[in-house]
Amino acid sequence: MINTMGLSKTFKGGAEAVRGVDICVEQGEIVGFLGQNGAGKTTTMRLLTTLLRPTAGTATVAGHDLIGAPKEVRRRIGYVAQSGAMPPVSPVKGELELQGMLYGLSRREVAARAEEVLARMELTGLETAFPAALSGGQRRRFDIAFALLHDPALLFLDEPTTGLDPGSRANLWDLIRSLRADQGMTVFLSTHYLDEADALCDRVLIIDHGRIVAEGAPAALKTGGRTLDDVFLDITGRSPREQSDVPTGKEA
Amino acid sequence: MPRETWVLFRHGLSVTLRQKVGIAFGAIQPLLFLVLFGPIFATFGTWETLVPGLILQLGLLSTGMAGFGVVFDKRMGVLERLRVTPAGRLALLLGRVLNNVVTLVLQTALLLAVAFAFGLRAPAAGLAAGFVLVVVLGASLAALSYAIALTIDENLFAPVMSTAVMPLILLSGALLPMSMAPGWLDGLSYLSPFRYVLEALRDLFAGRYATGTVAVGVAVTVVFTAISLTIGTRVFNREQE
Repeated sequence: MINTMGLSKTFKGGAEAVRGVDICVEQGEIVGFLGQNGAGKTTTMRLLTTLLRPTAGTATVAGHDLIGAPKEVRRRIGYVAQSGAMPPVSPVKGELELQGMLYGLSRREVAARAEEVLARMELTGLETAFPAALSGGQRRRFDIAFALLHDPALLFLDEPTTGLDPGSRANLWDLIRSLRADQGMTVFLSTHYLDEADALCDRVLIIDHGRIVAEGAPAALKTGGRTLDDVFLDITGRSPREQSDVPTGKEA
Repeated sequence: MPRETWVLFRHGLSVTLRQKVGIAFGAIQPLLFLVLFGPIFATFGTWETLVPGLILQLGLLSTGMAGFGVVFDKRMGVLERLRVTPAGRLALLLGRVLNNVVTLVLQTALLLAVAFAFGLRAPAAGLAAGFVLVVVLGASLAALSYAIALTIDENLFAPVMSTAVMPLILLSGALLPMSMAPGWLDGLSYLSPFRYVLEALRDLFAGRYATGTVAVGVAVTVVFTAISLTIGTRVFNREQE
């Protein structure tokens, strides 16, 4: 579902945010992407979702060449950015309709699809609200609902549970698991919560200074009675929630 | 692409029309000039000279500031969400531009209605031709505004644009015709593309159609539009770090 070779991104200022990343994700996997702030998580996500153009390397995402056929990639992926994506002053319903129609659905098809997705996300009835009136957990689920409207094969979630209370986090984990169980969806999510990776992911990739430094199933990484936190500390020399000491120009 | 443009335009328009007060408020400055300055101007000039200037002022203030919308959408993550859909980059730009043009047309109509009440008398054909010029100019200003908004530091957009717009308005002779200016200022104003557009508008409002001034105004508008849309498309095609 994702296959990259030597994927790199050097920003104009010279900051090497991603340095030759090889990622392989199979269909139906839930893969966690771990790293500190500034390690290259978001930049990698933005490369894989066609928002940034790689400066080196190749990649196939959802069966299409990332650089040669970005439009085909976009048709098949969903992306939920870290900061959300709803204008606060416009009712969600109209935004959902716009989103669906940009994927070529008719207004009626969008309405039917939205009903389905909102039910799955436990949001039925809330679509007439203004985003400003929703709770953090509801907004997050709406963000994901936007990304699911066109039934993507591959879903990218950038730090999906940052800022959520424990109840909403657990609820979101269940929803993500059910997407895979019911639809065979592949999920690639970044996080700096190791318990999240442990509880949710089949496999984790750890990125540090723009390079993949470890990968494997959480259980396989936790050798010798270590927690995933210990593993992370041993590999990168720092805790996942510490700020990176490497200036990358911008949050990358 | 036309369908995506249309879908984006319709969505944007429904959001715009929900804030009708906002549309009128966007025209408040030229309206104030019309009401509080126009009667003084009319003692030595004609409404047909002043109103085209106010329309140009409106165009620069309304569509010139269109980039605000995209700064806001960028901050909210909306722009990024739309950029991950298969929608073409040009459609993302044109959908917005069309919406700004419709807003400008509504504002211009409002301004003209008030101007008529004050004494503007322009022939229908001149008004119609003027509208076409305003629509095209508005589209190019909006496209350029988006390009600037996505290029410079987003916090600088408001101060930079509001500082740039005022001299452009003055320099095009919008409030007082450049024929009243000293030579150096008159000469300087030829650097502003809007001077040519404005003088063409004044000719059209006075019922003079087949003049060299109109031809030059149209030519400048066409060239300006081609340049603005090219820049706008380029910037929208570029990745947004």
